[in-house]
Amino acid sequence: MRFELRSIGTTVQYLLKIVFILLFIFPLLWMISTSLQTLHETQAFPPTLVPSVPQWRNFASVMDNGSFLMYARNSVVVTFSVIALQFLVMIPAAYAFAKYKFAGKNILFGIVLLAFMIPGQITFIPVYLMLGDWGLINTLLPQILPFMSNAFGIFLLRQYFMQLPEDLIEAARLDGANEFKIIWRIMAPMAAPALATIALFSFVAHWNDYFWPLVMTNSDSVRPLTIWISTLRSEEGIANWNIIMAANVVLVVPILVVYAFCSKQILNAFVYSGIK
Amino acid sequence: MHKKTWWGAIRPYVMVGPAMAGIILFVIYPIVYLIYLSFYKYNLMNKAKSKFIGLDNYRGIFARDDFYKALGNTAVYTVSVVFFTVLLSLLVAVWIHKNKRINSLVQIGLFTPHIISIVSIALVWMWLMEPNVGYLNYVLHLFGIPPSQWLQSSKTAMMSIVIVSVWHSIGYYALILVAAIKGVPSEVLEAASIDGAKRLRTISHIIIPLISPQLFFILIIMTIGSFKVFDSVRIMTGGGPNNATNTLVYYIFGYRATNIGYASATGVVLMAIIGLLTILYFQVLSKRVHYQ
Repeated sequence: MRFELRSIGTTVQYLLKIVFILLFIFPLLWMISTSLQTLHETQAFPPTLVPSVPQWRNFASVMDNGSFLMYARNSVVVTFSVIALQFLVMIPAAYAFAKYKFAGKNILFGIVLLAFMIPGQITFIPVYLMLGDWGLINTLLPQILPFMSNAFGIFLLRQYFMQLPEDLIEAARLDGANEFKIIWRIMAPMAAPALATIALFSFVAHWNDYFWPLVMTNSDSVRPLTIWISTLRSEEGIANWNIIMAANVVLVVPILVVYAFCSKQILNAFVYSGIK
Repeated sequence: MHKKTWWGAIRPYVMVGPAMAGIILFVIYPIVYLIYLSFYKYNLMNKAKSKFIGLDNYRGIFARDDFYKALGNTAVYTVSVVFFTVLLSLLVAVWIHKNKRINSLVQIGLFTPHIISIVSIALVWMWLMEPNVGYLNYVLHLFGIPPSQWLQSSKTAMMSIVIVSVWHSIGYYALILVAAIKGVPSEVLEAASIDGAKRLRTISHIIIPLISPQLFFILIIMTIGSFKVFDSVRIMTGGGPNNATNTLVYYIFGYRATNIGYASATGVVLMAIIGLLTILYFQVLSKRVHYQ
């Protein structure tokens, strides 16, 4: 009897948890469903849950738009340039902070941590003016250069390098490897898990970014997908929610594909970043 | 040999150089420049015509009702988001912390909104909250509740934005707390249940004190994060209706092209508020945090 009560309790818990998952997934499913509806279906009440005939041409009309490719290219170029630039800057810095002794090391590292705390919402006006003076507004650089020093990445990678045994470096030195080779050929590959975490973070952050490209750009030719999609509503006049949601799906798909393949790693990475 | 030691001495600086240059150029210098700008009536067209006006920008800020409106809105937003997010994340974390397959599914589902652009999130919720044919009003209709205007009425707009933000961030914070609860020694929790401690008592007297470092951490990042809210406001309401959702960063954004000095001064004020809140948290709460 007691056992049965218990199993009923477990089943109820189970169902509650499924409802709870739906609470967080439903808006995304609703986005996908809407993206496949006709304009007529989106205006029905009660709302259409499943489109009678999936309207794949909604996607075609999003992507046929000549400017779509331009915005998508900007998003891709910015995101991957940021990651590449951050790696170039971060790996030697994290190695030096982890393995060398030098005067002022703690102060410099303190500055890195401090930088981590200052949000772009405070610095954007002066950065914009400065990059304007350099003549860079209307290029993609204002969306790339300011992120060259990833404070969080330097911190995480330094921790990782510190855990790697000193013997390894000594052995490589005895083999005649110079420091440059040690860093790029030995240490960096060994830190692949940490680098993957940092790359994932940067990918999510910059692919999704809205604020920074909004305040750093004056013309559509350098704007990313996020800005374009946010303007679709006013552009279309009346709200073509099916088209807007189709564009939204296009923006979300790359992220969801990455998430589907490594949700565990992403969860761990985010939790780890929160605890440290 | 001599050359080598010379190189050995400057090598660390060369290696951290680019990273430090990036931080100085894009964080430290802009802050100094921001403070400098806040004392000027800046002329975007002709820099030479910019005029030093001392504290006039600051006087202007504190004399204007729309600033207080934005500050008040930001405070309401921050308090609501922090309160509901902490409370709900804690309850959810206690609910789903055990290692079970269904729990890891809940964690994956719960976290999904966090990795999606706020642009998509905002648009989907605008669509859900559409007053005439939106899904939320349909759900209200099913329960016999009259429809809401959601984002389009100054009475409910702020609440609607808070709902979206809480929904968006619960996953991340709940997961941090799940990890924290997993760090609590299982003997402690078992001992509590053997002693017949009630669920709520276990949470308030055992779990909360033991995970207080993580709670402290999420309170700080959540407060700072909420104070700089912008994206959802800009996309969902544009600060309206009737300034009901105008927040500090949105306010600064509004002046960034027309009055750079004034916008900068407001930025300095925002920075000061965030700094003071952080110090306050450390003063008031850090003594109550138990580090094991």
